[in-house]
Amino acid sequence: MPETILVVVEQREGKLNRVSWETLTAGQAIAAEMSWTLEAAVAGGAVENLANEVAGKKVAKVYAIQSPKLDPYTADAFATGLKQFITSRQPRLVLMPHTYQVRDFVPKLATTMGRTAITDCVGYKKDGAKLLFTRQMFQGKLAADVSFTSDAPWFVTFQNGAFRGDKVETASSPAPVETVNVDIPDNAVRNKPQEVFKEARQAVDLTQAEVIVAVGRGIKEQKNIDLAKQLAEALGGEIAASRPICDSGWLPMDRQIGSSGQTVAPKLYLALGISGAIQHIVGMKGSRAIIAVNKDSEAPIFEIADYAVVGNLFDIVPPLIEEVKKVKAGT
Amino acid sequence: MKILVCMKQVPQKDAPLKLNDSGTWIREDVSYEVNEPDAYALEEALRQKEKHSGEVVVITAGPARAQQVLREALAKGADRAIHLEDNAFVGLDAFNLARALAAAIKDEKFDLIFTGLQSDDYGYAQTGVVLAELLGWPHATIIMQIEKNNTGIKVKRELEAGYFQFVDMPLPAVLTIQSGINKLRYATLIGIKQAKNKPLRKVALADVQSAIGSNLQKIERLYIPQKSKNTEFLDGPPAEIVKKLVDKLRNEVRVL
Repeated sequence: MPETILVVVEQREGKLNRVSWETLTAGQAIAAEMSWTLEAAVAGGAVENLANEVAGKKVAKVYAIQSPKLDPYTADAFATGLKQFITSRQPRLVLMPHTYQVRDFVPKLATTMGRTAITDCVGYKKDGAKLLFTRQMFQGKLAADVSFTSDAPWFVTFQNGAFRGDKVETASSPAPVETVNVDIPDNAVRNKPQEVFKEARQAVDLTQAEVIVAVGRGIKEQKNIDLAKQLAEALGGEIAASRPICDSGWLPMDRQIGSSGQTVAPKLYLALGISGAIQHIVGMKGSRAIIAVNKDSEAPIFEIADYAVVGNLFDIVPPLIEEVKKVKAGT
Repeated sequence: MKILVCMKQVPQKDAPLKLNDSGTWIREDVSYEVNEPDAYALEEALRQKEKHSGEVVVITAGPARAQQVLREALAKGADRAIHLEDNAFVGLDAFNLARALAAAIKDEKFDLIFTGLQSDDYGYAQTGVVLAELLGWPHATIIMQIEKNNTGIKVKRELEAGYFQFVDMPLPAVLTIQSGINKLRYATLIGIKQAKNKPLRKVALADVQSAIGSNLQKIERLYIPQKSKNTEFLDGPPAEIVKKLVDKLRNEVRVL
């Protein structure tokens, strides 16, 4: 019997998280390369219709893992329920998206099974018989190929955007769906989650901006933010920032780009003094053009920039504002 | 409340990194600093202690250089420190590092354990959650607010894309702390002076060896990532760079 890959897709409030399709694409690719069988699972209170949705993709089987205790989400319930299911199915590889929810329970799930998770991967490689998973380290400055030195099941999470969700293969006929009711004891769930909410209404919707000028630590002082604002204004764009700037209160939280802020894909993303930590990159790598100015030639932002300026932003930005204004005035 | 804060020393954010000869780790001759979210975890522990009294203990694992992180924490107001001192701790995976930490604190009784939400070197985002599971405690990740109440604590979890959630949970518990949960303090001169007399317990690898095993995952190769994009570097004196930028903005990016 061939080995099995199990992709656990993510649902929130009855909807599949789009990143699930990316993980499914990854599963399809690894299954094809290793000649392994691909199955998928979705866990929650009542998730049969979501399992049916996944069954339209190219997978051998889809499981709806159900218990009233899986809704709302808690790490305790998910680790308990998924452990039961995974122990009974014994997949070789378990793939999940590296979402905040998965980060919350997958280390617990792996540990309770005496296993490990290779988290936040951006790809995989087949090296002889060995399967390696590539992940970023040192804030994206370096990459590592990591192998499992322990028994299956192997847990792997993939970073948002690592695979193309729109490339997921569909099936000619739907895969069979099986409902598995897991038994989660009353005392297993210790945390009591309340409703999910959004902090104040977002004042600015950066996703609609054509041009974004974003600042990072390299801006040095709060008073220098004004320089970036002037450039944004000259270009007819919006000002945004990486997390540390908003943490410092130099710009409001609703100007934050990245995993905990907004995800944008403008025509131009101009990054000033942003090193390009993974958490920031995931929020802007889809931009059509990226210009980065940073004094550190090894800054990871340059990996994804179309145009790179290694230098002091304070030498570049003031004359750039003047030149942009001149061009605008001339047309 | 008695709070343990797990802290890590990592290479400075803008430190140039070089690979070691075997290409499995970085060369250690770089400047180090405290892992940023861990600094916020310490600050939160100090604030909780100021509100509810108790004790703040800091712990780290790493070679002699890592003691700097503990000294700084003691200077900011932590009461005592535990140092798992050995270079071998740097190479442990999250599962084994958590087992080493658990072994080092087996005779302690904490109400809360804080970690930063992830480290700037490995970036596993796992050690705190693994530690909770090993201790049999509940946990919550990416925490932006902590309030003590009659039954335990109420924490505010950060979710993605600007969403949050309050969670009630019993004590003891492990929380992984998000950067920006509070405003960091600086050490005072008097704090730095007092830190010299605060207790620092050293734990050797041999003391926890029986608790740990071989790593469950292994870095086969560490390398500089291949560029996925064809980046054009614009260089020259600033005036020339600006000229090139304007040209790109007009003719390539077409926003001017």
